[in-house]
Amino acid sequence: MRKSQLHHLTAPLIDNNPVTLQMLGICSALAVTTALDTALIMSLALLTVLATASTLISLIRAHLPSSIRLVVQITIIASLVIVTDQMLRAYAFEISQRLSVFVGLIVTNCIVLGRAESFAMHNPVWPSFLDGVGNGLGYGLILMIVATIRELLGSGALFGVTVLPLTANGGWFEPLGFMLLAPSAFFIIGLLIWGILTRRPAQVEANEFPIVSRALAEKS
Amino acid sequence: MSRNSPLALWRRFLALPNDSRTKTLGVAFLVSLVAAIAVSTTSVALKPRQEAQVQAAREANLAEMVATLPGLAEVMRETGAESLETVVVALETGQIDPTIDAATYDFLNAQSDPTLSQPLAAFEDTAKIGQRPNFAPVYILRGTQGLALVVLPVYGTGYQSTIRAYLALHGDLTTIAALSIYEQGETPGLGTRITDPSWQALWSGKQATDDAGEVTITVVRGTANTATEVDGITGATRSTTGVTNLVQFWLGDLGYGTFLAALKAEEF
Repeated sequence: MRKSQLHHLTAPLIDNNPVTLQMLGICSALAVTTALDTALIMSLALLTVLATASTLISLIRAHLPSSIRLVVQITIIASLVIVTDQMLRAYAFEISQRLSVFVGLIVTNCIVLGRAESFAMHNPVWPSFLDGVGNGLGYGLILMIVATIRELLGSGALFGVTVLPLTANGGWFEPLGFMLLAPSAFFIIGLLIWGILTRRPAQVEANEFPIVSRALAEKS
Repeated sequence: MSRNSPLALWRRFLALPNDSRTKTLGVAFLVSLVAAIAVSTTSVALKPRQEAQVQAAREANLAEMVATLPGLAEVMRETGAESLETVVVALETGQIDPTIDAATYDFLNAQSDPTLSQPLAAFEDTAKIGQRPNFAPVYILRGTQGLALVVLPVYGTGYQSTIRAYLALHGDLTTIAALSIYEQGETPGLGTRITDPSWQALWSGKQATDDAGEVTITVVRGTANTATEVDGITGATRSTTGVTNLVQFWLGDLGYGTFLAALKAEEF
């Protein structure tokens, strides 16, 4: 693999992360990260759909009439999501019950359509596949980080295995109930973004609408 | 190669400008076709596996419920029950309604929903439940020798709360295998003694109905003498009477009586 191609795979991990930089897929990142196992399955499902959708769309990109471009993309993505959902129901029933509608909602996950429209439509198959895998990994990375923090502090466990014995079971750890609520993921993702922006100032966007002092505004 | 061979047609189709009407329709059709085939193939191919998963989950739920009932687990072991099934019974006719999915039927909701229940007149409402659901779930356990156990969810008003219990009948449908009260809010220390395992154990082996299906079980003050009597609890008269009333009600014609008669006729 050439270095430039490897870039498609690694760039979405931190530098161009779909969640922390592009702010996409936040909804599911809040919903499925109370436990590591649901977050992992969700990440894998999204990665599969994203990589396959990007590959397929890139494959037929030269023959896609622009008037029905989005319809065709969504049809492909929706079919892949249904297939993935059916697979989970057949082979990982318990997890799929816990993920409930969120696998089905991958269809509306902006990351998938976003990558199809902005990358796969203009690039050859192999880079598109790598880009899909890369973005899936980037999404999965954030989900796993958030889920690790939430499950550890919220239920004292990792992948359902008790790490910090709870007071309810005779241990010493008093779980933070807040971590099991969706808003906690907002705070964690917010802190992650803060951390990344501090380490990579290049990601900081210019302030488009600066607050000017009143005296200055009246003068101009 | 002839001009009209499929391959040549395909090449000409691909060579069309992307925004031509033929190509737009053609691409839309082909993408839909492939998507439809992929989705329906997966759906059909995985259906048996998914149904097996749903079935397993339902049985695990019931097994979990049975395991929490004192006495029932032993009964299951003794009778050699191998498979348990949940059915939804139309109480009016006593027939199993195969159109209702037992896994999703919400019995608790039906108890208060006027469209899913029928009001009871004061004289017939011995369990004091006000209205009776039209459909109720029944758990049937079949063992090596046919019908082993029938578990009926029952409920009624005690002294001050709704008492909910599972009443398990042996395969003869007249002998009580176990009574398990899993929800009540009676007076602590007095009425709550109906949940004592030792009192609930008194119900096991008692004659709930006679051979004609008439309800015979009663709670008596003092010491029970016959197979149809259960000792009352001193100080918990109203609660124990409540339990008797609800057991009698649900075994009667307004409860599961019709169903039990039909099941009996079918089995023997």
